[in-house]
Amino acid sequence: MSQNDQSISKVLPILKRSVVATFIAFFLFLPTLGIKTAASGGVDGLFLQYRWPLLAIGCGLVFFGRIAYELMSSNKEGKQQKQAAPSALARALGSSKVAKAVAPLLLVFGLIFPFLPSSDRYILDLGILIITYVMLGWGLQIVVGLAGLLDLGYVAFYAVGAYSYALLSIHFGFGFWMCLPLAGLLAATWGVVLGFPVLRLRGDYLAIVTLAFGEIIRVVLLNWRSFTGGSNGLSSIPRPSFFGLPFNQEPGGFAATFGLEYSSLQRIIFLYFLILALAIFTYFVTGRLRRLPIGRAWEALREDEIACRSLGINTVNTKLSAFAIGAMFGGFAGSFFAAKQAFVSPESFNFMESATILAIVVLGGMSSQLGVVFSAIAMVGGVELLRQLQFLKVIFGADFDPSQLRLLLFGLAMVLMMLWRPRGLVSTRTPTVFLKDKKTVSAAMISQGRG
Amino acid sequence: MSVPLLSVNNLTMRFGGLTAVDSVSFDVHRDHITAVIGPNGAGKTTAFNCITGFYKPTDGQIVLTHADDSVFKLEEMEDFRISQTAKVARTFQNIRLFGGMTVLENLMIAQHNRLMRASLYTLAGIFNTPSYQRAQKIAKEKAEFWMDRVGITDRADDPAAALPYGAQRKLEIARAMCTDPVLLCLDEPAAGLNPRESEELNTLLRSIRDTNKVGILLIEHDMSVVMEISDHIIVLDYGRKISDGTATEVRNDPAVIKAYLGVVED
Repeated sequence: MSQNDQSISKVLPILKRSVVATFIAFFLFLPTLGIKTAASGGVDGLFLQYRWPLLAIGCGLVFFGRIAYELMSSNKEGKQQKQAAPSALARALGSSKVAKAVAPLLLVFGLIFPFLPSSDRYILDLGILIITYVMLGWGLQIVVGLAGLLDLGYVAFYAVGAYSYALLSIHFGFGFWMCLPLAGLLAATWGVVLGFPVLRLRGDYLAIVTLAFGEIIRVVLLNWRSFTGGSNGLSSIPRPSFFGLPFNQEPGGFAATFGLEYSSLQRIIFLYFLILALAIFTYFVTGRLRRLPIGRAWEALREDEIACRSLGINTVNTKLSAFAIGAMFGGFAGSFFAAKQAFVSPESFNFMESATILAIVVLGGMSSQLGVVFSAIAMVGGVELLRQLQFLKVIFGADFDPSQLRLLLFGLAMVLMMLWRPRGLVSTRTPTVFLKDKKTVSAAMISQGRG
Repeated sequence: MSVPLLSVNNLTMRFGGLTAVDSVSFDVHRDHITAVIGPNGAGKTTAFNCITGFYKPTDGQIVLTHADDSVFKLEEMEDFRISQTAKVARTFQNIRLFGGMTVLENLMIAQHNRLMRASLYTLAGIFNTPSYQRAQKIAKEKAEFWMDRVGITDRADDPAAALPYGAQRKLEIARAMCTDPVLLCLDEPAAGLNPRESEELNTLLRSIRDTNKVGILLIEHDMSVVMEISDHIIVLDYGRKISDGTATEVRNDPAVIKAYLGVVED
C-alpha cells in the first residue's frame, strides 16, 4: 500500500512535468511543424497545409524524451558522487598523458589526410574549414577560456586579417608570407583598440560591447566602398604560391617544375598544409603562453581580478595582451581565409561566425586545446555530415529534405550537450606547474570569469 | 627611533556624507607587529584599503620609507604599483585566492613581475631560454620555501579552493610573502580559525617579523591574537583614533574600555 503510494508520488510529478513540456512544445511546433504554406499553383496563391501526424510525432518525442531525461536525472540524484566525477571520456581527454598520446596521432592523421583515397576536393575543403576553425578556437580560447573575457565579436579580427591581406596584396603586391605577420599585427592593434574601452566592463556588458564591435567592423567594411569595395567585396586577390611557383598550367607553374601532371587539387593540398602549419604554430604558441607568467596571469585574472592587483599585477596590460594575442591569431586565420578564397566580402564575417567560434570554445572546454579540436570537428564537420542524411528519406518519404533539418538537429545536439556536459567536453584544467604530480583541477573549482 | 616604515598623517576617507576615517595618524615601525582594532564599523578596513591603494583617500598622507631611504607616497599610487614598487602586500578579510589554480600556481602568480621580466615580457619565455628556466626554478624554490614555512607543502598540487579554511588563510599569507614585501597588511587573519590554528598563526607572524624583517600591520577582532603578538596597538572608533600604545597601555585606557563597553568578551 505505502509502496504503491510512494511510486505514485514519484511518477506523478514526472508525468506532470512531461505534460507541461509537451504542452509548450505543441505551441512551438504548431507553426513550424504543424502548418506549412504551400503554393497551390492556381490564382489562390498560397494555402495552408496541415501536417498533424508530424506534429504528433514531434510532441510524442518531447513527451517521452522528457520522461527519459527525468528518469536519468533521478537515477543520478541517488548517486551524487558519481555525477560529480567526470565521465571516462572527459577524464581521458583531460589527463595530460592521454593528451600527449592523442595529439601526435591527430597530427599524423592531419598529415596523411590529403593523401587518403577518400579525400576529394569536397573533403579537403571541409578539412581546411575545420582546421581554420580549430585555429580560431585556439585564438579565442585565450580571451574567453583563459582570461575569462566573454568576446562575442571575435569575427571582427578575422575580418581585419582577411581585409589586411586582401588590401596589402592588391595595392602593394605583398606576398602571403609578408602579409601574414602584418595582418596579425593589425588584428592585434584592433584587439587593443577594442580592449581599451571595455577594460572596466564585465559580464553581460562586455559581451554587448564586443558584439557591437564585431558589427561595427562589418558595417564599416560594408559602407566604406572606396576602400573595401562595399558589399561587392574585394576580388582577384593574388593566390599564394609555392615558394614563388604558382599553381597553374603554365610552364613555370608548380606542376611543370616538379614534372607532375597539373591538377587543381594540388593547390587545395597546398592550402591544406598551409593552414595545418599555421594551426600547429598556433597550438604550440598558445600552449606555451598558457604555461608562461603571462598565461598564469590571464587565468588569475579570470579567477580574481582584485587579488591580482593586490599582487602587483598590472591588470590593464594583462587584459589588453589577452585581447591583442587572441586577436592576432584571428588575424592570421583571416589572412589565410582571404588567400584561400581569393575573394573577401563583409558577408563572410557576420555574427554567426563569432557565435560558431565561441560555441567551439565553450563546447571544447575553456582551457583544453584538444577539446577545441574535437568540438571543431563536431561543430563544423558534424553540420556538414547532417547534409548527408539521405537515409532519412526512407522514413519520412521521398520529398523529405534532410539538409533542411540540419540546424534543428544541430540545436538538439547542443541542448543534449548542455544537459550532459555543461562545462564542455574537457572541463578539467591542467595545472601549469607542479611540485610532485600533475593533478587536474575539476570544473567545480574553476571560476568561469565574470567578464 | 629611526624613520617609521609607514607613516599615516591625517588620513581621511569620506563616502558622500559619511566620514569613515577621520584624520587618523599613526606610525608602523620596522620589525613591529602593529594591530588596528576597534568595534565593527570603526573604519579599520577602510583605513586599510586606503593604505593598500584600493581606495583613494579624501585627504591625508601615507608615506612608506624603505630601508634604503627611498620614499613612496602611497596615497598617490595605483593599487598594483603599491604592491609592485612600494612592496606592500595584503590579504583579504574574505579570502581571495585563485581557487581553480593549484597552491603552487597561486604562489607563482605572486612572483609575476619578476618572472615577467625574466621572460623578457614573454619573448624569451616562448623559446624557454636558460635564463628564463633559471628564474622559473628560483620562483618555484621560493614558493616551496613559503609552503614549507606555513606548512601546506603536502597540498602543493591541489587547487586552492579544495583546501580547508585554515590552510587557505595560510596560503594567502604565503602568497603575500612571495611578493617580497617590506610591509605585510593582514585583514583579520585569524577570522574563522580554531584556537590551535590561531596559535600557529601567532608563531608564524612572529617568525615573519623576526626572521624576514617585515613590518606587519593587522586588523583583528581576536583579542587572544592581538594582545599576545602586537608590539603596538591602534584603536579606532567611529573613524577616529581613540588610543595608541602597547597592549598593556591600550587595555587600561578608559577610552578603549568605553568604546568596547558591552561587547567585552570573557
